[in-house]
Amino acid sequence: MAEVVLEVQDLKVEFDTYGGVIKAVRGVSFNAYKGTTLAIVGESGCGKSVSVQAVMGLIPVPPGRVTSGIVKLRGNNILGLSHSEMNKVRGKEIGMIFQDPMTSLNPTMTVGKQITETLSVHEGIGRGREAKKRAIDLLEKVHIPEAANRVRHYPFQFSGGMRQRVMIAMAIACKPSILIADEPTTALDVTIQAQILHLLKDLQRENEMSLILITHDLGVVAQMASEVNVMYAGRIIEFGPVDDIYYRSQHPYTIGLRAAMPSSEEGAKRKLQPIEGSPPDLFHPPIGCGYFDRCPYAMKICESNEPEPFLVGKNHYSRCWLHHQRSQTKLTDFIKQDTKIYKNNEIMS
Amino acid sequence: MILEIKNLKKYFEIKKGEFLHAVDDVNLSIQENEIVGLVGESGCGKSTLGRTVVGLYDKTAGSVSYRNQVLPKSYSSSDFWKYSREIQMIFQDPYSALNPRMTVKEIVAEGPLIHSLWKKNAINDKVAYWLNRVGLPRDHMSRYPHEFSGGQRQRIGIARALALEPKLIICDEPISALDVSVQAQIINLMGELKESFGLTLLFIAHDLSMVRYVSDRMAVMYLGALVELGPSYEVYYSSLHPYTQSLIASNPEPDPEKERHRKFIILKGEIPSPVNLKPGCRFAGRCPKVMDICRGTNPVWKEIKPSHFVSCHLH
Repeated sequence: MAEVVLEVQDLKVEFDTYGGVIKAVRGVSFNAYKGTTLAIVGESGCGKSVSVQAVMGLIPVPPGRVTSGIVKLRGNNILGLSHSEMNKVRGKEIGMIFQDPMTSLNPTMTVGKQITETLSVHEGIGRGREAKKRAIDLLEKVHIPEAANRVRHYPFQFSGGMRQRVMIAMAIACKPSILIADEPTTALDVTIQAQILHLLKDLQRENEMSLILITHDLGVVAQMASEVNVMYAGRIIEFGPVDDIYYRSQHPYTIGLRAAMPSSEEGAKRKLQPIEGSPPDLFHPPIGCGYFDRCPYAMKICESNEPEPFLVGKNHYSRCWLHHQRSQTKLTDFIKQDTKIYKNNEIMS
Repeated sequence: MILEIKNLKKYFEIKKGEFLHAVDDVNLSIQENEIVGLVGESGCGKSTLGRTVVGLYDKTAGSVSYRNQVLPKSYSSSDFWKYSREIQMIFQDPYSALNPRMTVKEIVAEGPLIHSLWKKNAINDKVAYWLNRVGLPRDHMSRYPHEFSGGQRQRIGIARALALEPKLIICDEPISALDVSVQAQIINLMGELKESFGLTLLFIAHDLSMVRYVSDRMAVMYLGALVELGPSYEVYYSSLHPYTQSLIASNPEPDPEKERHRKFIILKGEIPSPVNLKPGCRFAGRCPKVMDICRGTNPVWKEIKPSHFVSCHLH
């Protein structure tokens, strides 16, 4: 296995709101390795964005607070660093790109200035000719045509796809070892998404970056990831290598997500199977399994006891009581009926 | 034929004498009880087309007929009153489409009350019925939009459109703001509504893979014009236009093994500006199969196979 660059252990994040305390992240642990892509998938509100914001020290305090956890960057804890210490990490060690490039770029500054700002903070490069040259180089690297000219333009003069390229240029300016991409292509069209994903892959290969990709799109994950965290209601409910997650999904939620997604295989005839209901209210997090209310295979124990992660394959974990060795019901009892998509699904012992 | 769009054009004047060709000569007919998917990238004019059909925009040229009755070029408020019972719209953004100061009950009941369809004492039951149809519990009707998630809000928008019992609904990207598991709920709901109410839908979206599950036919739009139209499975599995092909090829599938062996057709560049279009095929600048003829001559709209149309010089 490649070198561990980032280690997150038992991260918990809460927010004070008018409605009470919302427990957005309820104990999340994962590792990110050099040169590989870790995807964090889940639906909106599952805590995937909040987890990485906590890693980056971007949780607004108040109303938010990180109540527990360790975040180690190459062995050194970075959680709870002071603002100025964290500024040395952000942009230099860890780069980040956001979903909406329009609101995350400064509309009143030229893109060239915004790129050089990162460089001047971390590498002490002034605002002169050298900085400008670096900005142009970076814009060229993310394939923005006529970079020498475009460096003087403002964000509003760029299209959505081009703005995302500018964001990427800023994020990689200092060659960070980790790039966190929070829904980087959600706001983009598919043909532009394909361009951006390709670019991210190329840059990753070139700099041996560890890419943490947050998305709700299982197609994007299939294309990009080597390992996948599936999040639900503030927890990672399944983790494993990408092939195991797709072909040998073990958690009922992951299985449900796959059935709800279109895929080109089955022709037009298969009906999509939605997951009924909605995620639990995190003001009052469930005592048992977060997926209990929606789970078609729920058992008595699931309501009151939260399962620990069970090892279900090589480096593949799933938090579900069905995997307990003495469980009366087995996943195979159910998934035999759903013929086509789950044909690869067999419980590994 | 419930809806017939003939040579419809919608231009926006952005400067004196400079026009943005948002919808340029579109022909599309929709049968009763049919779902037609209209797909294309942002800025291709698909939403403008939908909005022009329901009268939110005036038509620059061409005509739209509803059950052989030509709809007015420019809607007056009485026209909206007249046609909104028959033709409804569901909007893309479930956050801005609902009035934040109205309760769900007021939102859903507003249309039927304007049209005097519901008796005052039956409102609660009627609202509860429609909420139930879209999968929301009765006791949600006294809440305000901000208390709901995106998927729930979209359902409220759908309930509002359905409450008038229209014949035709224009759905403008009703699922693109929603989560995967919820998208499937809405897609299936649309299919059920088609069956149980005999609804006709024009389903606008940017995601072909989802839309083909619900639509009988699919139309692909690029830069204001239709480039391909045909039965959904044909457009998806044996598409004829290079643009449709690249749309399908760019869409990542939830299958890692397939993704590893995917043959990418990565389009260069982005949709050009729809202002001052050059003659020739609109897609010529990005097309991987471009020929000399494409840059000078407009391709014609041809029926290549029964009811499968395409405008491309390759065919």
